[in-house]
Amino acid sequence: MRLAVTITMALSLLAGAAFAKTPYHDGTAEVITPADKNHPLGEIVSGYNFRKAMIRDVQDDDFENPAMLVVDHGEELWGTVDGSAGKSLSQAFEGCAEVPLDVVGSVYPRFNNAAGKVISLEQVINMCRETTMGAKPYKWESRDMLGITAYIRMQSRGSRVNVAVDGKASAAFERGKKLYYQRVGQLDMSCAHCHEDNYGNYIRADMLSQGNINGFPTYRLKWNGVGSTHRRFRGCMKNIRAKPLPYGHEDYVALELYTAWRGNGLKVETPAYRN
Amino acid sequence: MKQTTQFSTISRRHALAMLGAAGAAVLAGVPAYADGAAVAAKIKGLTGGKSVGEGTIELDLPEIAENGNAVKVAFSIDSPMTTDNYVKVVHVMADGNPTPEVASFNFTPAMGACSASTRMRLAKTQNIIVLAEMNDGSFKQAQATVKVTIGGCGG
Amino acid sequence: MAKIKPRVKVPKKATAGEIVEIKALISHPMHTGRAKDKKTGNKIPRKIINKFVASFDGQDVFTANFEPAVSANPYIAFPFKASKSGAFTFTWVEDGGAEFTASKKMTVA
Repeated sequence: MRLAVTITMALSLLAGAAFAKTPYHDGTAEVITPADKNHPLGEIVSGYNFRKAMIRDVQDDDFENPAMLVVDHGEELWGTVDGSAGKSLSQAFEGCAEVPLDVVGSVYPRFNNAAGKVISLEQVINMCRETTMGAKPYKWESRDMLGITAYIRMQSRGSRVNVAVDGKASAAFERGKKLYYQRVGQLDMSCAHCHEDNYGNYIRADMLSQGNINGFPTYRLKWNGVGSTHRRFRGCMKNIRAKPLPYGHEDYVALELYTAWRGNGLKVETPAYRN
Repeated sequence: MKQTTQFSTISRRHALAMLGAAGAAVLAGVPAYADGAAVAAKIKGLTGGKSVGEGTIELDLPEIAENGNAVKVAFSIDSPMTTDNYVKVVHVMADGNPTPEVASFNFTPAMGACSASTRMRLAKTQNIIVLAEMNDGSFKQAQATVKVTIGGCGG
Repeated sequence: MAKIKPRVKVPKKATAGEIVEIKALISHPMHTGRAKDKKTGNKIPRKIINKFVASFDGQDVFTANFEPAVSANPYIAFPFKASKSGAFTFTWVEDGGAEFTASKKMTVA
């Protein structure tokens, strides 16, 4: 099985030479040198740069980017009073997130004192809704949750991803790292096989990126809609014939933290537009 | 990536050749996608068999579309767009989709220029044909090929 | 069910004779009628925006007829020659007759 995968990748490599360049190839992409000397890669590049102009052009245009429709929806919900406490998320949120609104999008997943563990942005929102607002939690992949998370992360657009992985976050970080390199599924592959060993190479006709998540929640043409990192993790696991974990699973939160760390230094691009 | 093409008459021989190929494809039992013949038939229906003339139609299409879900298609047709001389309708067709029609656009002189841009779904690598009808009943046409690639993975 | 929401980009000001670019987008899944519902296995019936009309001060100036080959969240950009101040009305028509509209004013100097 492993041999078959290796041969397929080798063939894709050869085929790849025939395709037009992306910015990553031609050297115009922003390349970050990892600040952390324990980073496994020598360069960090956003997924934006692995896509062709037709896709990059849409992300660059807030009018055309269909993800902005979901952001608009999130903005509406943000200011809407909901729940028994008579508050809107805009009033309750900073207290729950424990950091200012314009920073949230670049530091989550994060160790949250009220929760007592590392949690994702979706979990902060639901914690806030349930405990502070007295409102019902949103379903992880609902339009409401995607709208709010996209709206919040967009407030950090242009600033640098900066998740903390030391101190109280280190256990989740180590767990996420272990998962990243763990082979799973019938195809017996890990995240690293594609996103660490083969970024810049082709899998069929797609150029593999480093798998950074600085643009999430992102619109994907494949989904014809906006989705979360957990959706992306689940989809990948299904592709390698592994059983996907449920949305919001602790392992996915850990993986999200670790993957975000791999992209520390990149600009937040939410809401991105990708393949 | 802009592709500028000038196109002239579809000869009867060409149209018959395409119909012949379509016949062979049906016998071979290939899936029922439109092809050159379906587009030729559609064009004939629109033009009434009139010859299709020359003229510069600039097509803005990617050479390779990473994903067939939302492929940019734009065109620009050189026309004064006065009440005496303007482009009336522009048809966009794709010869490899289940049905060839993508969209049609009705222009008026009030627009001052003849161009439009939208995004289309392409089932596979195929030709995009743009057929323009002038106010005097004449036609112009242009076409280009878009390669559509199958993605890798990612759920 | 996602809301069907239009958005339009019209320059607020233009000079007489200037050709401006109008952009319009509406959130809509554009169900082709070919795809199957993953859960039930049944075909999702066709439901698309089949027409877009731009009118200025009550006169239709541009019409786009969409087929299922037009992508989800249909986008259209087109030119318009500014001559006098007035208001645009944009109408999207869905299979079955439902209409969605948006309006924008433009001042022409």
